[in-house]
Amino acid sequence: MGTRVSGERGRRNTLPGFGLTMGLTLTWLSIIVLIPLAGLFIKTFELSWDQFFGIVTSRRTLNALKISFGLAFAAAAVNLVMGVVIVWALVRYRFPGRRIFDAVVDIPFALPTAVAGIALTSLFAQKGWLGAPLAELGIKVAFTPLGIFVAMIFIGIPFVVRTVQPVLIDLDTEIEEAAASLGANRWHVISRVILPSLIPAILTGFALAFARAIGEYGSVIFIAGNLPNVSEIAPLLIVIRLSEFRYADATAIAVVMLVAAFLIIFAVNRIQSWAQNRIPVH
Amino acid sequence: MTDGQISLRAAATDARTEPGLVRWIITGLAVLFLTVFVVLPLVLVFAEAFSRGVGAYFSALIEPEGLAAIRLTLLVAAISVALNLVFGLVAAWAITKFDFPGKSFLITLIDLPFSVSPVISGLLFVLLFGMQGFFGPWLQNHGIQILFAVPGIVLATVFVTFPFVARALIPLMQEQGTLEEEAAISLGASGLQTFFRITLPNIKWGVLYGVLLCNARAMGEFGAVSVVSGHIRGETNTMPLLVEILYNEYQFVAAFAIASLLAMLALVTLVVKTILERHLDEGQPVSDD
Repeated sequence: MGTRVSGERGRRNTLPGFGLTMGLTLTWLSIIVLIPLAGLFIKTFELSWDQFFGIVTSRRTLNALKISFGLAFAAAAVNLVMGVVIVWALVRYRFPGRRIFDAVVDIPFALPTAVAGIALTSLFAQKGWLGAPLAELGIKVAFTPLGIFVAMIFIGIPFVVRTVQPVLIDLDTEIEEAAASLGANRWHVISRVILPSLIPAILTGFALAFARAIGEYGSVIFIAGNLPNVSEIAPLLIVIRLSEFRYADATAIAVVMLVAAFLIIFAVNRIQSWAQNRIPVH
Repeated sequence: MTDGQISLRAAATDARTEPGLVRWIITGLAVLFLTVFVVLPLVLVFAEAFSRGVGAYFSALIEPEGLAAIRLTLLVAAISVALNLVFGLVAAWAITKFDFPGKSFLITLIDLPFSVSPVISGLLFVLLFGMQGFFGPWLQNHGIQILFAVPGIVLATVFVTFPFVARALIPLMQEQGTLEEEAAISLGASGLQTFFRITLPNIKWGVLYGVLLCNARAMGEFGAVSVVSGHIRGETNTMPLLVEILYNEYQFVAAFAIASLLAMLALVTLVVKTILERHLDEGQPVSDD
């Protein structure tokens, strides 16, 4: 009996359908994802290096890339700090409406980007609920780079919160208590014990928010103002080049953004495997 | 002796939480931030939609253009969800029920569309099917319209929602293993019988979860669809695209009325998602990952 069981275990593929399902998976994956992505890179290789370099370093393209990457980085940094603050309040404190605010965090994920875009624009427009008081202070948000920044903060909120939250929930409070009973004060416990174990999750959330903000289109273009070299994001420039039938330009910008996105995903995977090696798995 | 213990206790308690003022500031910051950036925009959608009363709201929705956009959105979402549901089930079966080299690489490839900007997702299909694209001239000669028509919108939507169902199913089916299916097969069940009687009941909440998220994104997608749609009024405008057009034409009540439908979709999605997550957690009391 014992030998039979181990024999069964030895040959794993007793279930039918491997050839069929794998074949269908690879075919459909190729049609929808791989061939279109390959097409983008083939199109880029039709350009000479000088052409590619010329497009990417032209003033307008360079400014659009700077605006997208720079503001996305700044917005992700705000999300990093505020994300940790929100997670801390949601996990460690009890306050009225806590569950509702916990649910609210997911709205930027769920709300269609065009809806978020027009809502943020009306909210921060000169006569808007928040735009009017801010205008009295001399701060103009809608139709300026600041508007892009605000929209990017909006879409990035869930990333840091939802990656850090489960880690803080799982964190053993015994370690904190041990540190406290050994005489560490609260600030030391937080900065030396809690924050270090949150860092991989915080960095992951930051990178995901950053990547999302770079590529974001719908929630940004309404509030951006879209002035070339000032408030024109890279995805919008791709759309403009397409409408001018300048496919080569659109493709070159897309490749730069795509490579950046893949590098960020790669970095996230590195952070994750680093975190797994660092923290002993129970 | 006891004195020393008590003061040690007090010190330990102090070091386990923050002073009242700090707690108050952190909670206040979190609530303020979420209110300004998330709650207010959401409330504003409904406030603007109903700013001229209920009558204006509903008359905006039953405009022919509005109805056409709603119909197109439902059609595109139905096709995209169906395609990705079949793909997700097939891919999850191949990936979780068998051992083969390169498995994690295959999962990475399936995840790829999540890291592609929506605009670039649309661009991919313009490069394939546009007039200057690889298949553009051939399609033109054969009178087949993909770009600026429903097939293009469906393709772009399928691309951006590609990973949802597979992603919901792969971890679930990996955890469930193959023992039950192997037992069914050894008792003489066919492959399809095994799938429909054993596997599907085990993963039904995961399937619904994937379909829910896939559907929400399919109905709300803007950037990718915007690039391939051509914005032909009454024909290739989905609801998010119509929201853009109406807003840019200063028809704010109409824009926010359509937007409010999409916002309600988002809220319903979140509620159902929470319910499904509860079912999924019940199914697996051990979730150590």
